[in-house]
This record gives sequence, structure tokens and C-alpha cells, in this order.
Amino acid sequence: MENLNGYLVVSAILFAIGTIGVLTRKNAIVIFMCIELMLNAVNLTFVAFSRHLGHFDGQIFVLFIMTVAAAEAAVGLALMIAFYKNKESISVDDVNMMKW
Amino acid sequence: MDMISIPVVNMTPILPEIFLSVLAMVLLLLNVFSPSGKKSYLAYISFIGIAATAVLVGAGWGGHIESFSGAVILDNFATFFKMIFLLAAGLTVLISDQYMEREECNHGELYPLILFTVVGMMLMASGTDLMTIFLGLEVMSVSLYVLAGFNRNNKKSNEAGLKYFLLGAFSTGFLLYGMALTYGATGTTRVYKIASVVGQMTLPSANIMLLAGMLLMMTGFAFKIAAAPFHMWTPDVYEGAPTPMTAFMSAGPKAAGFAALLRILLVALPTLQIEWSQLLWVLAVLTMTVGNITALRQDNIKRMLAYSSIAHAGYALVGLVAGNGTGTAGILFYMLSYAFMNIGAFAIIILVSKKGETNGNVMDFAGLGFKRPLLAVAMTIFLFSLAGMPPTAGFIGKFYLFSGAVQKGYIWLAVIGVLNSAASVYYYLRVMVYMYMKEPTEEFEWTQVTAPVALALIISVAGSMIPGIVPSFILEFAQQAVKLI
Repeated sequence: MENLNGYLVVSAILFAIGTIGVLTRKNAIVIFMCIELMLNAVNLTFVAFSRHLGHFDGQIFVLFIMTVAAAEAAVGLALMIAFYKNKESISVDDVNMMKW
Repeated sequence: MDMISIPVVNMTPILPEIFLSVLAMVLLLLNVFSPSGKKSYLAYISFIGIAATAVLVGAGWGGHIESFSGAVILDNFATFFKMIFLLAAGLTVLISDQYMEREECNHGELYPLILFTVVGMMLMASGTDLMTIFLGLEVMSVSLYVLAGFNRNNKKSNEAGLKYFLLGAFSTGFLLYGMALTYGATGTTRVYKIASVVGQMTLPSANIMLLAGMLLMMTGFAFKIAAAPFHMWTPDVYEGAPTPMTAFMSAGPKAAGFAALLRILLVALPTLQIEWSQLLWVLAVLTMTVGNITALRQDNIKRMLAYSSIAHAGYALVGLVAGNGTGTAGILFYMLSYAFMNIGAFAIIILVSKKGETNGNVMDFAGLGFKRPLLAVAMTIFLFSLAGMPPTAGFIGKFYLFSGAVQKGYIWLAVIGVLNSAASVYYYLRVMVYMYMKEPTEEFEWTQVTAPVALALIISVAGSMIPGIVPSFILEFAQQAVKLI
């Protein structure tokens, strides 16, 4: 595959967008979506490398990442619901009971 | 018709993991059929299961079996760490039941979740493929997110769970990107193959992609072991999580993080040792100093121990910077004794605090020395061991970590470590001053010490003292464990 760099640049940009989103957004669900974007940037990197190197290891890794991301989503959304029930908000500004 | 050939797989290396997973699933089923309020027996079953697994793991000592075409390995290094995880889980199960009963959240799912966490940690320790290490890490983390937020009705616990989840998932992103870049740079995800590919590179330190991969992976693991500057989540999560889970989190996953970090840095990337040891030098100094200095001004004892646990990650990093036999064996030794002393200290905190996680300040320990002298003596031993005073396990552990650094010529690092250790004495002693020299401000009923908690305390006291008095026994195991990696 000739254009490996193109894919890598795109995935790096996606990863950066995700990271910036996590650091700047306030809504916990949006933050979680940004994390998913980071994971998908990683998936793209893996697939590009896998294709470039001509073997499947990277693509198998991607399948595992997607499975784990689904499990993480289930647990994460449940935690957000539990938080919302007590606080009536999912803004991370309200995640502030404990401070040093 | 073509037959799909299924390769013969040697299951021996992951037998303990399979056993624990099956046990956890059986417990989940049992939980459904047992009425609420009668969940204590699940704790006993899990404790027996953990003990049985420890026997199974111990039987593998001395073996060296690679399986799943090099994705997992059974070696002494993995076995030693698995023992630490099982020990941490066993002690946690013992101290959980009484606490969960008191906080009225004794849901039976607790025990299977602890077991799944252990399975994840064990896979991290025995994984020799980035894929296995990642899967182990996630099995561990996803269960831990739930455990941190386990007390659903407690706002602090909710907050701890949410924070841990968001920051944990965020750090996973970095770890994975690092793994992807390492895969791209070396063309493989097998740890041993990475080592040989990197070893054949003419100038590996000039390979930007490999370096970036290493950096990102280190960032991911630094989150998990709570090293500064990636420690921000630690105090909040440790304070908010149910106390037994805090004890578990500070001992088990930290050790698991170190297991995977050691495996990746020492086995896969030894050719880059100059680069990563410089980075870890900075990280170690920062972690020790930030942890200790911030701990000085904490009143909440869980928060204080959270910062202290950050500092302890820093001490262990000193051993990794050294990267020699003494230093790495020191890490193994330290993680083992840290599990004993820290879980023991948290067990006492559980007994002193009251329903709703109140009464958790250092001041609330006032008068413990007169009212419950035995508990106070136990707490004193744990605190002495955490502070690194002889003749406790904490002292010997620190001694090996720092002498490893001195052997490699990192004199300043050892000096900073010792100074930090001296500063930490202040906040540990503060608790003791309250226990022995202050009158209690209010009268209240002390929590009864149930048999399982008493057992956990006895094991912890023994584990904090015996390795300090006769260190050679455990140290020999630790040295054999690091010999092969």
C-alpha cells in the first residue's frame, strides 16, 4: 500500500481531536464520545499498519478493541446513570465533591 | 470440504485464570438465587476459591511454558505477581463483608467482580503479547470502574466511579495508540519478537515511531500505577470508593501495572533502556515528591493514604530506573509487602469509620491506643512499615529499591528517595500521635471485629513483619522471578 502516511496523518488528527475534546468538554457523555473517537483513531492506525505490513495481527487487535469499547460503554453509561440519579446532572463541573 | 485446522493449545499457563473465571460466573448465578441480605456465604466461597487458585498458581512455580503461540507465558515472574494479586484479593474479600453489611450495599456481585479483576491482572502479568496485556488491563479496569462506584446510593462513590471510568478510558486511549505505533514500527505485537526486531535495528533510538509508541505506552501505564503527573484521579477515586475497594485498588492494580510495565520495558525494549530510564527518573522523583508533600496536609485518612500510595509508586519506580536485578527484585518484594501493609491499614480504617463513611479523619483515631490497644498496635505496625522503619517489610523493600539505584550509579535518585521517605514519617507518625497521645473527642461504639476481619489483620501483621525480619526467604523468590525476564 503506497499511502500509509495519509492514513497515519488522518488517524493522528482524529486522535488529537478526541484528546482535545476530552480535555475541554464538560458533558460526561460527550467526553465519552471523544474517548471513543480516540479509540477509533487507534483502530484506523492498526488497520493501516496491518494492511501495510501484510499480516492480520493488527486487524485482530482492532476486533478486540471494539469489543472492549462496547463493554466499557455499558459500564460507563451505567455509572453515568447512577451519578445522574443522585446529582441530576452529568456535567463534569458537578463531579466536584472531593477536592484537596 | 476443507477442514479448519484448530491448533493444539496448551492450556496449562491459563488454568488459574480459567478456574477463577468459571468460579466467578458460578457465583454470579448463585447470587441471583440467594435472597438479599444473605450474601455473606459468597465471600467465603470466593475466599476458598482464591486460596485454591493460589495453590494452583504456586504449583506452576519453576515452570516455563509459552502458549497460544507466544501470547501468554507461565514463568516465575508471572507466578510471583499472580500470588500478589491473589493475596490482595483474598484479604479484600475478608474485610469486605462486614463493611458492605454496614453500608447496606452488600450486593453479591461484589465478589465475582473482584474475581474478574484478579483474572484481568493475572493476564496482564502473564501476557507476552501487547494484545493479551491490553485485554488483561481492560478486564481489570472495567471491573474496577464498577467496584469504585459500587455503593450506588453514596454520592462520593458515584463520583469516584465516574471519575475513574472517564480518566481510565482516556488513559487506555493513550496506551492503545502507543501499542499501535509500536506495532507499526516493529511489525509485531509479540513482546519477545519486538525485542528481537528492535535489537536488530541499527539505531532504535532514532526511530521516532518506536519512541512515540514507547512514550504513549508509558503514559498509559503511568495512569494505572498512579505516577505523577498522571495521578490526578487517585486521591478522589480512593477517597470516594468503598474502603475495601480502595485497599484492593491500591495494592492489586498497581502491582499489575508494574508487572506489565516491567515486562514491556525490560523484555521488549531493553535496547532503549537509556531513553526510558531517563524518563522514569524524572517520573520517579516527581511521583515521590508530589505524593509525600501533598499527603502532609491531608486530614482525611483515606485521602492521605491515597497520596501515600502515589509516593509508594514513586519508590517502586526507583527500582525500575535502576533496571538491574536488585532493583527489579526490589519492586516485586515491595509490591508484595505493600499489599500486606496497605490492606491492613485500610482494614483498621474500616473498623474506626462509621456508617456512611463518616469518622474517617486522622483526628478520629484519637484514643484508639487506650480503647482498642490491639488494633492500635496493628495500625502502628502498618504505619511503621509504610514509613519504612526497620524491622518491617517496608524497610527491607525500600532498602533493596534504593540500593539497586545506587548500584547503577543513580546516587541522587536514592538520596531523593531517602529524603522523601523521611518526610513521609511525619504524616504516618501524626496518626500514631492521635492514637496514643490524644483523648477521644466523643464517645462512640467501636465496631466489632468479626472473625474474617481479625484473620485479615493477623495475616497483614504477619506479612508486614516477617519479611522484614527474615527477608532472604521472600527475596530469593523475587530474585528467581526476575531472573528469566
